[in-house]
Amino acid sequence: MNIHIKNGRLIDPRNNIDAKLDVYVMDKRIAAIGQAPDGFMAAQVIDAAGMIVIPGLIDLAARLREPGYEYMATLESEMLAAVAGGVTSLACPPDTDPPLDEPGLVEMLKHRARNLNLARLYPVAALTTALKGCELTEMAELVDAGCVAFSQADAPLTDTRVLYRAMQYAATFGYSVWLRPQDSFLARDGVAHDGEVATRCGLPAIPVCAETIALATMLSLARETGAKLHICRLSSAAGVEMIRTAKQQGLAVSCDVTMNHVHLSEMDIGYFDPNCRLTPPLRSLRDRAALRAGLLDGTIDAICSNHAPVDEDAKQLPFAEAESGATGLELLLPLILKWAQQEKISLSDAVARATLRPAQILGLDAGHLSIGAAADMCVFDPEACWRVEPAALKSQGKNTPFTGMEVQGLVRYTLVDGKVVYQSQESGLRIED
Amino acid sequence: MNNPQLNKQGELQHLLTTEGLPAHIMRDILDRAASFLEVAEGREIKKVPLLHGKSVFNIFFENSTRTRTTFEIAAKRLSADVVNLNIGSSSTSKGETLLDTVDNLCAMHADMFVVRHSQSGAAHLIARHVAPEIHVINAGDGRHAHPTQALLDMFTIRHYKKEFHNLRVAIVGDVLHSRVARSQIHALTTLGVPEVRVIAPKTLLPTMVENLGVQVYHDMAKGLKDVDVVLMLRLQNERMQGALLPSGQEYFKNYGLTEEKLAYARTDAIVMHPGPMNRGIEIDSRVADGAQSVILSQVTFGIAVRMAVMSILAGSPK
Repeated sequence: MNIHIKNGRLIDPRNNIDAKLDVYVMDKRIAAIGQAPDGFMAAQVIDAAGMIVIPGLIDLAARLREPGYEYMATLESEMLAAVAGGVTSLACPPDTDPPLDEPGLVEMLKHRARNLNLARLYPVAALTTALKGCELTEMAELVDAGCVAFSQADAPLTDTRVLYRAMQYAATFGYSVWLRPQDSFLARDGVAHDGEVATRCGLPAIPVCAETIALATMLSLARETGAKLHICRLSSAAGVEMIRTAKQQGLAVSCDVTMNHVHLSEMDIGYFDPNCRLTPPLRSLRDRAALRAGLLDGTIDAICSNHAPVDEDAKQLPFAEAESGATGLELLLPLILKWAQQEKISLSDAVARATLRPAQILGLDAGHLSIGAAADMCVFDPEACWRVEPAALKSQGKNTPFTGMEVQGLVRYTLVDGKVVYQSQESGLRIED
Repeated sequence: MNNPQLNKQGELQHLLTTEGLPAHIMRDILDRAASFLEVAEGREIKKVPLLHGKSVFNIFFENSTRTRTTFEIAAKRLSADVVNLNIGSSSTSKGETLLDTVDNLCAMHADMFVVRHSQSGAAHLIARHVAPEIHVINAGDGRHAHPTQALLDMFTIRHYKKEFHNLRVAIVGDVLHSRVARSQIHALTTLGVPEVRVIAPKTLLPTMVENLGVQVYHDMAKGLKDVDVVLMLRLQNERMQGALLPSGQEYFKNYGLTEEKLAYARTDAIVMHPGPMNRGIEIDSRVADGAQSVILSQVTFGIAVRMAVMSILAGSPK
């Protein structure tokens, strides 16, 4: 179907475009920018006047809870949440039940996702069988089944020899290894950053050195093995500094941060707000400042939602017993826009952190709107404000630390593979000038 | 952020923590407790009808005979109907959540909950959940707070020392795991104690504890020098595991309160302990039973202070 998106402001970081340009979609692909191709007949015209047209967002961490945790969320609910948030591709961690450690599971998940015709799903497979940290999974088989990387999710891998072997093996075939740095001994029983708030609230704490010690191990092993390493969910100033140094020394390592850690700190826990029970823990204001600086100078490559829908009962518990996680897919775009506004950086720079950069980390030719590229796009109204109301979220997970907050940027159309998969009738609230 | 324990008029709605509890409310509680103490000492019949017809539910998810008993006595002296529930940690594994339990008790027309739970923040969770006419008293949540203990300690200090503004107070022991210590620190600083010290090895002090407004010492001789009040903390046996301390003996050698160590404090210093004591671990019997110990007074005052808190929450006239 041919689609003409007219009158919008087109932002494409890869091609350095930020201008009012029409986009023409033909045969699922971007056919032309600016001028209509010869003989182009639009079957659908989207008037994007006052709106911004960007490549669809690519989220490096979104839990869909299938298989195994369907009471928390389903593929249907979360894929809809994704496109409602302008997310057209997402990587899901392997910590399902059973974990994504064998090709059949991955194929089934990909098949189910494809049939929904919403966002594109890129499963991240388990690095070790059942995420137990003992035996390697059948990596080649898993890649054939459609996995893009290997990870332990939040499961510990305490045996450094297993990690060493896993990275060596992955390096043999050029597979990416995604790891979240956390020493499981130092983090044991911890639920909050080891700082002022945990001390005041009497919460079992996770010190920063739990991150830096694990990170040092991972960086050493990446140097040793040559494995393609992606560091997930960096949380501390010291961690940012270690990545910065490693990159300066020429190590090919990438890393991401969650939108929660860009905007929040331990202070937001307040009086034990279970919505701020997150993994990794929200750290100090100084850490948040360093994460933001790291994003600005490119030390941190990408922002992810770390979408983790949790059923409400699991949050109605004392802080330490509450399930960790927050819904996020529908908030990724507004929170990136908010960050851009606060840091006074261009929209193009900001959008790149959730489009082009994550595509590069995933090894995909995506996240841009070059002629011939797949037409995965997001059209949003940058001026429309909306209040984060749990009931209005498409995600089955209703818990977010941003509940009640007013955000700016409302997704109006999401296109995946040249098809409108989401369209919003909402107009949002306008800021009176 | 609203203070969850005050209502819109700034009056006490719940007692959850001494942090952010206004000094005038603390003083009200201490004054009210003093009047109850006079009543108790001057009369044959100790009961007053201030909570007549009200139901107080003691819900203890963590065992404590002593604290529960003092709350029970306090409520009964105020003529309340008291129900004790020792829920323990096992019942939640039967599937009923904390808030399910609370909902059930609300349906039995509870007026006041006295809650103890092993998790920090449990009392806040319940206070957020219940209807506005129900009051919640935190009787200890995890490592977070134990406000009535801290208030009875303040009452004891005021009883013996009259004023707060000229005192040096040392808190000795396992501050890291202690809800009592956290509540004491907030209460002492709110009431104007100019110098609050904590004395412990680094393994038993939480990160950035100095941000709570205390001075940190690792040595008893220096930390106890010229103090007016020594607040001892209980050291739980399980702290000997997990590499926090090598042994009880070594702890006693360094931090156990003996007559020799107490000699560093002012000669009129008082010694307090929230109980139950580990004699020979954190405190020597000669000190615990000695002339400077006011530990048993704390227990007596504890009932009056809990009566004061309950009667203020119930909004009954003085």
